[in-house]
Amino acid sequence: MTLTIHDLRKESGSYLPGSAACPGCGATLAFRIASRVLGPNTVYVVPASCFSVIQSPFPKSAISAPLYNIAFPAAAATASGVYRAYKMLGRDVNVVVWAGDGGTVDIGIQALSGAAERGEDIIYVCYDNEAYMNTGIQRSGATPFRAWTKTTPTGKREMPKDMPMIVAAHRVPYVATASVGYPFDLANKFEKAKKIKGFRYIHIFSTCPPGWNSPVSKTAEVAKLAVDTYFWPLYEIENGKLRITVKPRKRPLKEFLELQDRFRGLSDEEIEELEKIVMEKWNFLLHLEKSERVF
Amino acid sequence: MAVEGTWEIITGNQAAAIAAKLARVKVVPAYPITPQTTIVEYIASFIESGHMDAEYIRVESEHSAMAAAIGASAAGVRAFTATASQGLLLMSEVLHWAAGSRLPIGMAVVNRAVGPPWNIHVDHQDAMSQRDTGWLQVYISSNQEVLDTILMMYKVAEHPDVLLPFMVCLDGFVLSHTYMPVNIPRQEDVDEFLPEYSPPHWKLDPENPITFGNLALPEEYQEMRWSMDLSMRRALDLIEDVAEEFFQKFGRYHGGVTWKYKVEDADYVVVTAGTMASEAEVAVDELREEGMRVGLLKVRAFRPFPHRDVAEVLQDRKGVIIIDRSIAFSSGGPIGIEVRSSLYNISGSPPVVNYVTGLGGRDVTYEDIVEMTKDGIGRITSDRLRRPYYWYKLKPEYEKIELSEEVRL
Ligand SMILES: Cc1ncc(C[n+]2csc(CCOP(=O)(O)OP(=O)(O)O)c2C)c(N)n1
Ligand code: SF4
Repeated sequence: MTLTIHDLRKESGSYLPGSAACPGCGATLAFRIASRVLGPNTVYVVPASCFSVIQSPFPKSAISAPLYNIAFPAAAATASGVYRAYKMLGRDVNVVVWAGDGGTVDIGIQALSGAAERGEDIIYVCYDNEAYMNTGIQRSGATPFRAWTKTTPTGKREMPKDMPMIVAAHRVPYVATASVGYPFDLANKFEKAKKIKGFRYIHIFSTCPPGWNSPVSKTAEVAKLAVDTYFWPLYEIENGKLRITVKPRKRPLKEFLELQDRFRGLSDEEIEELEKIVMEKWNFLLHLEKSERVF
Repeated sequence: MAVEGTWEIITGNQAAAIAAKLARVKVVPAYPITPQTTIVEYIASFIESGHMDAEYIRVESEHSAMAAAIGASAAGVRAFTATASQGLLLMSEVLHWAAGSRLPIGMAVVNRAVGPPWNIHVDHQDAMSQRDTGWLQVYISSNQEVLDTILMMYKVAEHPDVLLPFMVCLDGFVLSHTYMPVNIPRQEDVDEFLPEYSPPHWKLDPENPITFGNLALPEEYQEMRWSMDLSMRRALDLIEDVAEEFFQKFGRYHGGVTWKYKVEDADYVVVTAGTMASEAEVAVDELREEGMRVGLLKVRAFRPFPHRDVAEVLQDRKGVIIIDRSIAFSSGGPIGIEVRSSLYNISGSPPVVNYVTGLGGRDVTYEDIVEMTKDGIGRITSDRLRRPYYWYKLKPEYEKIELSEEVRL
């Protein structure tokens, strides 16, 4: 199936009007597209995160698919249980974890790693806003080097964990990065993941206007610039083989950094340093693309 | 009511594993911890040898074991796991989640002391500290009771009036690793007694999508907790009814929410749980031979707590001796605390002596129970009831500190 803009527009997937998301929330944009591709035969497991709120409070819900909220560290294990139960019942349902970066790279990594190692037939999605947004913007293991959060008021001093590569090292059949700035690339990756059996992982860069202090109207643009500046490269690793799915003409990192306040006050040298890190990663991916297998 | 089935000499852990098989549980997520481990080993071998039709999930922690059981139960099947001690504590967050989701998951808890220091022996602290998670908790005194109670408790837990998860608590090593003759009922009889689970309330189903567990505002939350409390209280009668039904079908009765032994004419009643209750039966006989009219009230259900039964049995006695295998620091034994609350507002509430003993596997024999009972009766009759609880079987040098007036209570 090749998606067109009309497909993405005409239906909202499992995302209904009346949610409690902030205006311009990247996570909801990602869910709209993903749930559209995954279709109605899909069950979602959501750990504590903005998405627990985005659904809107009981007794209403802005999600038209079965969705189970679970404790913060437990999503991948819960989804494993759901999948195994359906297996016993002889039902074929997409079982999807929809988790934030904290619920994935920090508190949830143990359950995630266990489910990946066991090869559970689930799709694990991390929508990455690069901080704990639900508790009011604190740093997570995915927060970028130098980025401001309320617990890194002078900028984060550590490099973020490379979660897609960590998951890929489990030798799962499918790992992909995506960005809400590239909706077709994102949709196609879900399309592909849907058809593959086993543990699949999609890590989505998703803009967070209140967390980053980026313009509400520029969610897509910020997320597109993340890709175009090589800050967030788009690739997939299918059965160990890496492919960069979007190879844009490189734009200066500054253009991405300037559209938000997280990196405000960085000196030219610091921006230079970040630019170097970004290029190193890009070149490394180009190198990996040439190898037979990444893992 | 004839006793059918086959007799085998097995451990408490085997009995638990066989019960899970007979209950036809469909998903078993498991993580090892002594002295529980052999339960999940037996289940793994049942499944791999084709004797049990279930999915086995070898999870990476107890937190995940319970989370996976939650996922399976939410998808609509019967789930089972087993743990002990630190494993149960690691589950704590998701224990609340299971109960709050109203999922009738079954779990064998092989009671073991919690660290530090490391200690693998029996102690009820692990389960008692999870008292307020919303799980039904039943304490067991024999291997036959382990098997029978797991079957009975699925029936209770899955009843539309209850819909709460349950723990069947068996004493580490004393039951888990001790061989006893156990009657194993026929599968067809169990199937008749315990039909396949079909969630009467909600499940994860793309054909009927619902969102479960999203934010509930203060106007909603309190009634949700109230309904759990109501269900817990409704379980009291159901446990009795199901025990009666089990008796009619299989010819075995281990008590309902309590088990009473020679209480009718008793002046003094010993109250305890788990295997100490079996010892206490022997102690009661011994004391009666010496001319003391003593009876036993075994607390089977700790959650829901059988307040009404306890009050009915204990009121107008000359005294009550409660023996706990767990400590609520600075307050006494958890059973002691509950029994007092059963008795407080009734007329004829008797004096109570509470002993804390047997921690970390320290042996408690029937002779010890005889001694505690006599000590308790002595305190009651001579008006020496200074403290809400007493430690028993402390080493002599510690006993001195305990008894000195410097230690305020
Ligand atoms: C055990 C536990 N610790 C802490 C929390 C508080 N908490 C709720 S959501 C959250 C942050 C979630 O961050 P992330 O996973 O990145 O998702 P986001 O909110 O950014 O969407 C935290 C720390 C919790 N619910 N449970
Ligand atoms: S804080 Fe950010 S991620 Fe959370 S709902 Fe708002 S925009 Fe979305």
